[in-house]
This record gives sequence, structure tokens and C-alpha cells, in this order.
Amino acid sequence: MSAATAPLLRIRGLRKSFGSHLVLDGVDLDVAEGGVTVLLGPSGSGKSTLLRCINHLEKLDGGFVEVGGETIGYRYDRRRLHELPPSAITRQRARIGMVFQQFNLFPHMTVLENIVEAPIAVADTPRKQAVAHARELLEQVGLGGREGSYPRQMSGGQQQRVAIARALAMQPRLMLFDEPTSALDPELVGDVLAVMKDLAVSGMTMVVVTHEIGFAREVADEVVFLDGGRILESGPPDAVLTEPRNDRARAFLSAVL
Amino acid sequence: MSISKTSEDVARPAPPGHDSDADLLTAKVVPRRHPGQWVAAAAVLVVVAMAVHTLLTNPRFQWNVVAAYFTEASILRGLLLTVWLTAAVMVCGYALGILLAVMRLSGNPVLRSISFGYVWLIRSVPPLVQLLFWYELASLYPQLSLGIPFGPSFVTVATAHLFTGLLAAFVGLTLDVGAFSAEIVRGGLLAVEKGQTEAAQSLGLSGARIFRRIVLPQAMPAIVPASGNLLIGMLKATAIVSVIAVQDLLYSAQLIYNQNFLIIPLLLVATIWYIVLTTLLSVGQYFVERHYARGSARGGGGQGFWQLTRANLPLFGRAGSTGLS
Repeated sequence: MSAATAPLLRIRGLRKSFGSHLVLDGVDLDVAEGGVTVLLGPSGSGKSTLLRCINHLEKLDGGFVEVGGETIGYRYDRRRLHELPPSAITRQRARIGMVFQQFNLFPHMTVLENIVEAPIAVADTPRKQAVAHARELLEQVGLGGREGSYPRQMSGGQQQRVAIARALAMQPRLMLFDEPTSALDPELVGDVLAVMKDLAVSGMTMVVVTHEIGFAREVADEVVFLDGGRILESGPPDAVLTEPRNDRARAFLSAVL
Repeated sequence: MSISKTSEDVARPAPPGHDSDADLLTAKVVPRRHPGQWVAAAAVLVVVAMAVHTLLTNPRFQWNVVAAYFTEASILRGLLLTVWLTAAVMVCGYALGILLAVMRLSGNPVLRSISFGYVWLIRSVPPLVQLLFWYELASLYPQLSLGIPFGPSFVTVATAHLFTGLLAAFVGLTLDVGAFSAEIVRGGLLAVEKGQTEAAQSLGLSGARIFRRIVLPQAMPAIVPASGNLLIGMLKATAIVSVIAVQDLLYSAQLIYNQNFLIIPLLLVATIWYIVLTTLLSVGQYFVERHYARGSARGGGGQGFWQLTRANLPLFGRAGSTGLS
């Protein structure tokens, strides 16, 4: 990635602990506009927490997260970081899409209602326009005509694709994927990865936590290996996945591949 | 187990106990009989027949008197008071209960403790005792004032004038419903997965909208059955207001029988009205539950209202699989 423009996502010195357990221990990360970064690492390495700090689902204990030059969760003013009110955090989150391992579709709403809820409530999109956009997105994730279904009537892979469409409906400038295929039956993983690959090709900036090494190799611009709350290795997929310099990264990759 | 079936397999002598596989495949299934069920049903039916017989033949029930007073003006006025007192108490009690539940689940330790303490106190005191306390409030605080705390007051009224029996009943029962509904609502809210809130947050929905559109509707399937129970319980519990001379359904009946001593028939009048109201509420509850089952596994293929009724009244309709055999 060229460094001609400032990266869309900038993380510096990010620290986070749960009680006495330090989960993130000074993480620095840049993701360029249109870049795809895959986070790898053993469970408990802090990958998901890092992702959740980016849209402030978790409060930070140190460091900062910047998206498009805007500090997430805080307002910087004369050497002080003022905590933002919920309404301002809500506004920042609206432009950062997130896809969860467990899909988290709203089960009492149809597929269409799931997708148009936020555009209508948050972005003040007229209903007609939101519905039209939702249909396009469903078409895009290969689920045209399913807008009347309830989540429970769909397979896991279909639900996850609806969840992606729901996040895209807010026209995010950054998409976060938290192990999007880990809860799926093996034969359903491919459809979801295909949608994510299309999205990457279309120029979406993405941060993806996954164990799908094939996806990382094929789609990622940068692969980052985390363990114990620190980035141990990062670089282009060929370098990190084929010849990791770090011992723990090498051990992890030989176990996964 | 043979994988391929040849003519040899069929021709082979059958194992002891049956003739051949073909016979076993075409054999008719004889359902097991349940003589015990018939005996139990007969015994219960005898008891029911005795109860119906005595209801119809014992002249002291005085059904003609029941019929005469059933739509008496003062009874209907009492019925109306019971209905709207129940409605007002439930609406205000639930508003209080939702507030208490949200306080209890909030991050603020002061609000959490106050909610916990309130529920503990109110649940510890019998509603009848609370009712008497509010009715006797005037002897504790002869005057009530509205003003700045610890500062000047703007309006002052005599408590005895303000706290009539009806207001005491409304306040006492509302506080009671608040405590019980808080626990019901809290249980329902806790049943909604945390991921739902997180997904809604990540979409940029505001806290109030997340509660109203995402969390509360999903809590409803857990809240409605318990609330229906509480509502029906409260409908009948309003009868305790008769001790502080509020003219509800029961007290209206009591006023009449205190004059004419037709105690049993008038109690029956009140009883039948309570049964009618409870039945209507149960029907309403069924439809509310069905509404909130949208999208759930039980939502689509649930039993219809008449199916459910018929299944529970086998003597009046086809009972299907629940019948005796």
C-alpha cells in the first residue's frame, strides 16, 4: 500500500485489560483506505478485543483509535481526551460496519426490516429509498427475494450474508469482521467468504479476524499476527504466512495449515 | 443386516417369533390400550357430575336471585370500578416496574441499590397492610406540601382530604405491581442476548431506540405470560379494597347483602363476573403471546386458538391425539 495519503484506520499504543488480565498491550496498526488487513492469532490473543475497540464496543485503557482522522470515543482538545457523549459515539459507529461470529440478526424482524432499521432510524433515509437499497444489497450477497424471511428460517451462511448486507446498508467506510465463518457448517463457509472477497475487490476497507488462512493469502493486503496482546509479526501475506520470522507465529501457522 | 436384498433372503426361513420379513412389514399395528385412563376419567366425571348436580338442585344457591342482581346498577358500577382500577394500577405499575428494572440493570450503583431495596421492601409487606398504611397516612402526615426539598412549599393540602380510599387503593396496589413487574421485566430483559445490543450499537442505533425496538420486543415472550398471570391476580386482588370501603365489584355485592342477607347469591354474582373478566383476559393474553412469537421457532406452527380450546375441552370437540384410547 502506498503511503501517499494518511491511513483510514490508525491505532497507536492501544491497551485494554479485563480486571487484572492485560488483553491488549500497546498495539499499533495502520490500515490504508481500501486495504484489507487480516488478524491472525491463537484464541485469547486479543484479536476480537482489538476489533471491538475500533468501534468502541470496548472502552480503551490507553492509546487511541482514529478512523478518517477522527478519534473514536473521545474528542482531543489541548492535550486532553474528553469522553464523547453516547450520541456522538453512536454517530461514529454508524460509519463503521461490524459482522459478528454469531450473526446477531434481530430474530423478531424480517430480513428486510433488519436491513432498513438503521438507515431509517439513524441516517434518516426515506423508507422507500432504504427498501430499494436493501433489495440491491440482498441481490449483491446472493439472497435476492428473501426479504420476507425471518432469520430463523435461514441457514447460518445465509444469515451471515444478511448480516453483511445489514452492515453495508449504513454505507460504512470501514468494515470489521469478527470470525464471520467460525460458527458455520463447513459447506456454508465458501458463500460467505465469496461475498467478503467481492467486497474487498470493490474497494471496501476491511479488518478481518479469521482462521481462514486461504482467505488471508488470497485477499489480504496485510496479515497481522497477534499473541499475548501484542503484534508479533505483520506484513504481506506471502511473507507472514510462508516464512514467518517469529517462533510463535511459525508454531501457530504450522498448527493451522 | 443385509445390504443387498435377493430372493434368497426372502426365501430363507424366518427367525422364531414371526413368519417372514414380508409379514412383519405388512403387519397391522395394534395400539396399546390404557384402561387406567378410562378408570381415572370415569372417577373424575362422577365427581364433576355431583358438583353440577348440587349446583343445580340445592335451592339455597338461589339462582333466581343471582339472575335478578346480575345486572343490578350498583353491581355494574362496582364492576366498572374494578375494571378501571385494575387497568390504571397495571399501566402505572408497569411504568414504574420498567423504570425499576432499567435502574436495576444500569451501571449506576446508587440506582441499582435503590431499585433492589424498593423491590425488597414492597415484596416484604402484604398488600393489605400497605393499603391500610396509605389509608391511614393522615395520622402520620396530617399535611402534604409540594415545594423545594428542605425549602419553601408552594401547595399544602390536608392528607385526609387527598387520600380517599380510592387513591389509597390506587397508590398501594400500584407500588405493589411496580415491585413484582420490575422482577418480571428484569428477567425478560436478561433473557435477551448481549450480542443483540452490540449488533444494534455497531449499526449506530441510539440507546433508547435499541431498548424500544430491539431489546424490549425480544424480552416480551418471556414477559407476557408472567404479566398475564400478574394482571389476572391483580384483577382479583383489587377485591381487598373493600376493606377500606371502596365500592368495587365485591364491596357493591357486600353492600346489598348487608341489607337483604342474601349472602351466597350475591357472592355468586361477584364470582361469575370475576370469571367472565378473567376469561376475557386469558383470551387476550393468548393473542398477545402469539403476536410476540413472530420469528421464533414456535411462532409459525403454533396451535390456533380454537385448536387449543378444543384440545383442552375433549367432551365438546374432537380431541385429536389428546383423546382417550
